[in-house]
Amino acid sequence: MDIIINISGALCLFIGSFLCISGAIGILRFPDFYTRMHAVGVTDTLGAGMILIGLMFYSPDFLTFSKLVMILLLTLLIGPTTSHVLAKAAMKNGLMPELAKTDHDKNKDKEINSSNS
Amino acid sequence: MINIVLLTLLVVVAFAIIRMKDLFAVIMLLGIYGLLSASFFVAMDAVDVAFTEAAVGAGISTLLMLVVITMTGRSERTTRHKPLLALLVIIFTGALLIYGTLDMPYFSSADAPIHSHVTPRYINDSMEEIGIPNIVTSVLASYRAFDTFGEVVVIFTAGIGVLALLSVVRHPENNNKITTVNDAMHEQYLIIRIVTKILLPFILLFALYVQFHGDFGPGGGFQAGVIFAAAIILYAMLFGLNTARKVINQSFVQLIAAIGVLLYGCVGVVSLLNGGNFFDYNVLSDDPVTGQHLGILLIEWGVGCTVASVMIIIFFSFAGRREIQLHNKNVSDKDQESSL
Repeated sequence: MDIIINISGALCLFIGSFLCISGAIGILRFPDFYTRMHAVGVTDTLGAGMILIGLMFYSPDFLTFSKLVMILLLTLLIGPTTSHVLAKAAMKNGLMPELAKTDHDKNKDKEINSSNS
Repeated sequence: MINIVLLTLLVVVAFAIIRMKDLFAVIMLLGIYGLLSASFFVAMDAVDVAFTEAAVGAGISTLLMLVVITMTGRSERTTRHKPLLALLVIIFTGALLIYGTLDMPYFSSADAPIHSHVTPRYINDSMEEIGIPNIVTSVLASYRAFDTFGEVVVIFTAGIGVLALLSVVRHPENNNKITTVNDAMHEQYLIIRIVTKILLPFILLFALYVQFHGDFGPGGGFQAGVIFAAAIILYAMLFGLNTARKVINQSFVQLIAAIGVLLYGCVGVVSLLNGGNFFDYNVLSDDPVTGQHLGILLIEWGVGCTVASVMIIIFFSFAGRREIQLHNKNVSDKDQESSL
């Protein structure tokens, strides 16, 4: 029984940290704001959730366990909401996704970049 | 190892804050700085300090500065003069401070004065004398109650200062117009409003938990007050100031801020009257330990009330200015249209 709990806890922790790292890679590699936010928003909610579930396997008593459950519920509520609000704020302030840009916009961006550098 | 990583990150963030011109990014970095120092405190086993830093440094100060930035604008003004004199003064003061630390005992050295008699006394005797498991709270609220009283008075003074400088007279006839705008915005902010409404009771409950759990674990009046205020500020931000004003009467909040300090001071005065020293809780009850419990409970309430209401006052003052600024702008726009 102990071995099963140990292994499943470790597995959850591993998956969680892998997801968090992939989110971090995503924020560095993706081209524009929306895809980056997508990478972090999705992986962080699931990654943090998996890490919390992994920690639940290791929790010594019921009090710790229930606190972890509450944190999990909180992240499940807050994570997607913040991503939604961020995307909405960016959209409202006129930031266009890379794919929705026309060639004209792209040329303008290039001009701005070249004038900056 | 983890200390070195955290400290390096702190230095990097500090330099980024100095170099940045975009004030919004600077505020976000300040929040990150607060969170990093909170994790550094956790790594040093100072959970209470970390909790305070996370709540105050990363949480509410970021929020309040964001409110300020809506009025001041986003980018830093470029300085025309060279601040050479200021730099010299800072270098001189910094050198003096570093020279002063040379006389101090080395970090974590075992024969530092604080480890020779103060710390052992707290660790060995606080359970008998105060009778609560969290030594930090017994130091903060009982042994060092006078210092904490000073901190609360400082916060109260800050609240009074903001009120004196920034309080504005509102014209109630404008309210209906703003309310209709709010209703129109309701559909746009539907998701975040609903999630906030679900979460708000739990945030307030958590604040109360932190308030009362301060005797047994990390927590206490300061953190609880800040969390409570953060919940109300969240509500005010999402549902508009006028809706929030209906829930929270501003003059009532000002009264609570004063009552908090008064409650704290009164505990001291009562212990004087009962024949002890100022903030000597032993005389509050027949049994010294019960007296200590009572004293700590009361002053934590005082701290919590004052901190929460001062934070709310600061937010409402700044946001109220912003509201009037917007309103005046709308009025002047309309005047221009009608004159055209």
